[in-house]
Amino acid sequence: MCTSCGCSQGEARVAGSAIEHDEHHHHHEHEHEHEHEHHHAHHQHSHQEHSHVHAEDSPDIHFGQGPARSHAPGISQKRMVQIEQSILSKNDQYAAQNRSRFAQQNILALNLVSSPGSGKTTLLTTTLNALKERLSLGVIEGDQETANDADRIRATGVGAVQVNTGKGCHLDAHMVGHALEKLSFDQQGILFIENVGNLVCPASFDLGEAHKVAILSVTEGEDKPLKYPDMFHAANVLLLNKVDLLPHLDFDVELCIENARKVNPDIEVIRCSATSGEGMDDWYRWLEQKRVAQLKKRLAPLREKISQIEAILDQGLLAGGAS
Amino acid sequence: MHEMSLAEGMIQLIEEQSRQQDFSKVTLVHLDIGKLSNVEVDAMKFCFDAVCQGTLAEGATLKISQSPGIGWCMECAQQIEYQSLYQACPLCDGYQVQVTGGNEMLIKELEVQ
Repeated sequence: MCTSCGCSQGEARVAGSAIEHDEHHHHHEHEHEHEHEHHHAHHQHSHQEHSHVHAEDSPDIHFGQGPARSHAPGISQKRMVQIEQSILSKNDQYAAQNRSRFAQQNILALNLVSSPGSGKTTLLTTTLNALKERLSLGVIEGDQETANDADRIRATGVGAVQVNTGKGCHLDAHMVGHALEKLSFDQQGILFIENVGNLVCPASFDLGEAHKVAILSVTEGEDKPLKYPDMFHAANVLLLNKVDLLPHLDFDVELCIENARKVNPDIEVIRCSATSGEGMDDWYRWLEQKRVAQLKKRLAPLREKISQIEAILDQGLLAGGAS
Repeated sequence: MHEMSLAEGMIQLIEEQSRQQDFSKVTLVHLDIGKLSNVEVDAMKFCFDAVCQGTLAEGATLKISQSPGIGWCMECAQQIEYQSLYQACPLCDGYQVQVTGGNEMLIKELEVQ
């Protein structure tokens, strides 16, 4: 475990090399500043910061009012410290850093989650081939072991970084932060983060993405959204993949969608097949819609600033406005 | 088994607190794990004991409170008790429910010395 930034150092590797702590980057410095703020905030929460007590309304100091009723120099007594901090707060701090970085670089970041074998990587390579001429694209591949998937992605000509989680069952925001150091972006584009194939653990870990994209293939059961509700609850869109196989299967599409909406009434559903190409245009339209929405959101405050400056310019010193 | 990562995250937070609030031993950790959070309480206990070995929290008691799940039914425009994410609203049998509580995972307080 890193004691300066607090990231856990297990067996996770980015592009084959262990996450080294002397590799840490400027964004951690911000975090340390942040920690100081926390320090002051939590300071007040401590029930008994010192082993003596300044009783209210009394000018005296009483050393025997702590839980141990006595005082020994240098030995603190048992006390309760209130923290009220989310267990995920470390991860969430890194996720916030990633998110602001994505916004600044005009990148739409998507967290692709599914069970193993849902066809995520094939869907991704098809998507990359369709979009790579028009947009800057990048991929972070999460798997327990091997660089096979990153190799498949690189074969399309799109840059990919493999993150091996070792014994880990999910990507976390800190791993993604390190992986970003190795990806180059042309100040805009779409970043696909292919999470470890697992419908449980990745649901809890925010990576800083704009949306979670759940991929479920029709060769799985219609009740998967009910069996793994946390993931389908966290996702914004469900890609129902491999629909070209439906004629050969006993899979009730409507029931599956109904189950997904029981867990998440707002979830969007796109039926597609990366192999036959069916529905892929709907998926690309969804991507474009989200990309445009994110950019417009960024544009609105900038326009406001411009009109403020224009208004200032209009207040000319001489009659007739600025020359 | 993401409970292992969560337990590691807890130790990080506790070690950070120990530097800020000047304590060297933790004897009790009180968590609030909401009923709708993605955490299995037994797995968390197991992982916590494993991760605490050799740290300032070794041997600490883990106390876990579970906040009830709370949802807001958009059909009924009313707060409801919500046991699981795939449950229908007990009033209207509909699924237009948003989770409003019970999904938190907090370290509430520590007993330290």
